[in-house]
Amino acid sequence: MTISIDPQKTNNESLQPKGWLRYFSFSLDHKVIGIQYLVCGFLFYLIGGTLASAIRIELASPMSDFMPRDVYNQVLTLHGTIMIFLWIVPVVNGAFGNYLIPFYVGARDMAFPRLNAVAFWLIPPSGLMLVASYFVDGAAQAGWTAYPPLSITTPQSGQIIWILSVLLLGGSSIFGGINFIATIIKLRRPGLKLMQLPMYCWAMLGTSLLVVLSTPVLAGTLILLSFDIIANTGFFNPVLGGNVVVYQHLFWFYSHPAVYIMVLPAFGLVSEILPVHARKPLFGYTTMVFSIMGIVVLGLVVWAHHMFTSGTPPWMRLFFTIATAFIAVPTGIKFFNWVATLWGGKISINSAMLFSCGFIINFVFGGITGVALAQVPFDIHVHDTYFVVAHFHYIVYGGTVFIIFSSIYHWFPKVTGKMLNEKLGILHFIITFIGFNLCFAPQHWLGLNGMPRRVAEYDPQFQFVNQISSLGALLMAISTIPFLINVFLSVRNGKDAGDNPWNALTPEWLTSSPPPVENWEGEAPLVEEPYGYGKEISELK
Amino acid sequence: MLNKNIYLILIISLVFAISFWIGFNVNLLPAEASINAPIYDELFKILFIIGLIIFIGMTIAVIYSLFKFRKRSDQIGDGIALEGNLSLEIVWTIIPSIIVLLIGLYSYNIYDRMGGMKELNHNHEMMSSNTEKIWAGISQTSDNEIAINNLSIEVSAMQFAFLFNYPKGNFISGELHVPVDQKVSMKMESKDVIHAFWVPEFRIKQDIIPGQPTILNFTPTKVGKYPIICAELCGPYHGGMRASIIVEEESDYNEWFNKNKKPEVNL
Repeated sequence: MTISIDPQKTNNESLQPKGWLRYFSFSLDHKVIGIQYLVCGFLFYLIGGTLASAIRIELASPMSDFMPRDVYNQVLTLHGTIMIFLWIVPVVNGAFGNYLIPFYVGARDMAFPRLNAVAFWLIPPSGLMLVASYFVDGAAQAGWTAYPPLSITTPQSGQIIWILSVLLLGGSSIFGGINFIATIIKLRRPGLKLMQLPMYCWAMLGTSLLVVLSTPVLAGTLILLSFDIIANTGFFNPVLGGNVVVYQHLFWFYSHPAVYIMVLPAFGLVSEILPVHARKPLFGYTTMVFSIMGIVVLGLVVWAHHMFTSGTPPWMRLFFTIATAFIAVPTGIKFFNWVATLWGGKISINSAMLFSCGFIINFVFGGITGVALAQVPFDIHVHDTYFVVAHFHYIVYGGTVFIIFSSIYHWFPKVTGKMLNEKLGILHFIITFIGFNLCFAPQHWLGLNGMPRRVAEYDPQFQFVNQISSLGALLMAISTIPFLINVFLSVRNGKDAGDNPWNALTPEWLTSSPPPVENWEGEAPLVEEPYGYGKEISELK
Repeated sequence: MLNKNIYLILIISLVFAISFWIGFNVNLLPAEASINAPIYDELFKILFIIGLIIFIGMTIAVIYSLFKFRKRSDQIGDGIALEGNLSLEIVWTIIPSIIVLLIGLYSYNIYDRMGGMKELNHNHEMMSSNTEKIWAGISQTSDNEIAINNLSIEVSAMQFAFLFNYPKGNFISGELHVPVDQKVSMKMESKDVIHAFWVPEFRIKQDIIPGQPTILNFTPTKVGKYPIICAELCGPYHGGMRASIIVEEESDYNEWFNKNKKPEVNL
């Protein structure tokens, strides 16, 4: 922070509303923006979850009898789009990134506070627009992938609103990415070296590079698609000589890296949480950094594994098989390192720890099915089936959403100064873990045995297994109740947390809870060893 | 120390034993009805066993750590200040790399045995011109073999049905009839949006793309009736877009074919 900006900033802040009203304002405080992202994302999670419940109700019986068929396709399109673009990406990047990154680099705010506020305030209108498109002429119904020519031939208004909404959300994501890169590279406190940063900074640096490199490709593709829809151009329209497979290449060039945009920040967050509650240094810091960057590089060259049954030449299938399978190596290193972090620790078994361990188990499962899916001959059979649906829910729900909950239990005391109730937290974990596995594990079998994805009706022989899956979905829906009760009770009457209830060493805990507007009363502390557990016991006491 | 190592070896052997037992005794796949299916199931079994070993091993490691290293109420302070172990980290970089590489080479071999590496974009008897580029799915045979000994069927997909054109009999059927143990070659084209041709019992799938014909070859091995399922979202009735493939003895097939055959119209 240079001195010349300071008076202007204080001037602005005196105009900002105080108390809870600031969460509804164009606040420039990174902590307020982080919470705005989180709460907004959670509201969309509830909408997306309601849509998921509607899907599971429809699939509890083999006939299409719960809702009209075209509405079912709108529901599955909105479910996917909302969960990806309005819940996971904004929360795991925007919410935790904005709240934590300035603390971690020792800054008082993000590099571009106004851009930051713009990035957040793009989200509620585009989300509302997307949901509202249902009431115009029906929402988009070509799936979140919006493959032409289906997306060109379905009702236009819903599809166009979908494109506009995703473009705005993509813009928000790019603004955020630029901001994170600038903050991590340029706003580091003097004396703080890159290799001393907490792991979440590295994860966000890698993620933001992916965001900045690949999101513009999606934007360009969707703009071309909208030309095809509105102006009758023929980029992807086969009737006019367009090529539908080109769209798939362009789409997945963003949308595969998008998977890493959803999981890399979760890898970073779990790397912050495990050492604190296991009271041990993060195992293998350097290999963790290199494996994040390895995933970033490999993540950019594997997109065509989503297209093994489209028209792709054999050599291309082979290249993408090997490249995809090799992502398992850096990812595997991270998982071995996390288990090694637990090994020999003094582990507090609390909600944050349980959700993190649930994440490891679920993600290992999803990773194994991922390596199998990378093999062309394996994928040929299960592509576009419930096997794939099960696989990616193990990654994004069993992986990332578990970490979002883990992070909420971990950082709630920092944000509010109050503790969450542990008993309700553990209840929340148990119902979520059982419900999740009950819902998605049987879907692997469904896919292997002949149930394609995105269907409203199916072969009656699959009814029983589908009902088990729906029961799991019901448990997942129920699991949000103890969580919401816990949050509302604890915000009002929670046990006082003190400044550092976990005795953590990362910089965000070395200030008051909740932190002051300028993050630290005095100068930002220089934390050279964010994971120095077992070394500086005397300093902690 | 010796005692600890014995326990470790015991647990690892147990994990391997359980994984192999499950891998060989739990069948998660539907019936095998084409020559692709046993090849596919071989790959599946190997991936299943390797996956089980890793998954069970990791789960045991996590649960054991949570139990063994949990903080007792009388304990204070931190765990050991262990920041890494280079040789251990090298080991768990190199071993997974080797496993992944071996799986990749093995699946290349499987793919080749399924006929996936055969070039199909020239000299096909059903092609209108030699310059037309056809993207192939799984192919079982070389082009020459197809030209000599095959059943050529043209598949058109549309919202929400498959139509099977038998050019040699000059008729169109809504059901796909094929004789058992004979190579079938299909040229597939979509009339509207992207569809996909999937027969789970054959372990084959290929997208059917508008404006871009695709080829799919297979050899059924078991008489019976199997579902043909559209696997690519194609509109409101996508879930209902199904047809049947009927694999029958050659004599039954010929009877069916001759019954439907229309005489050539000479102009």
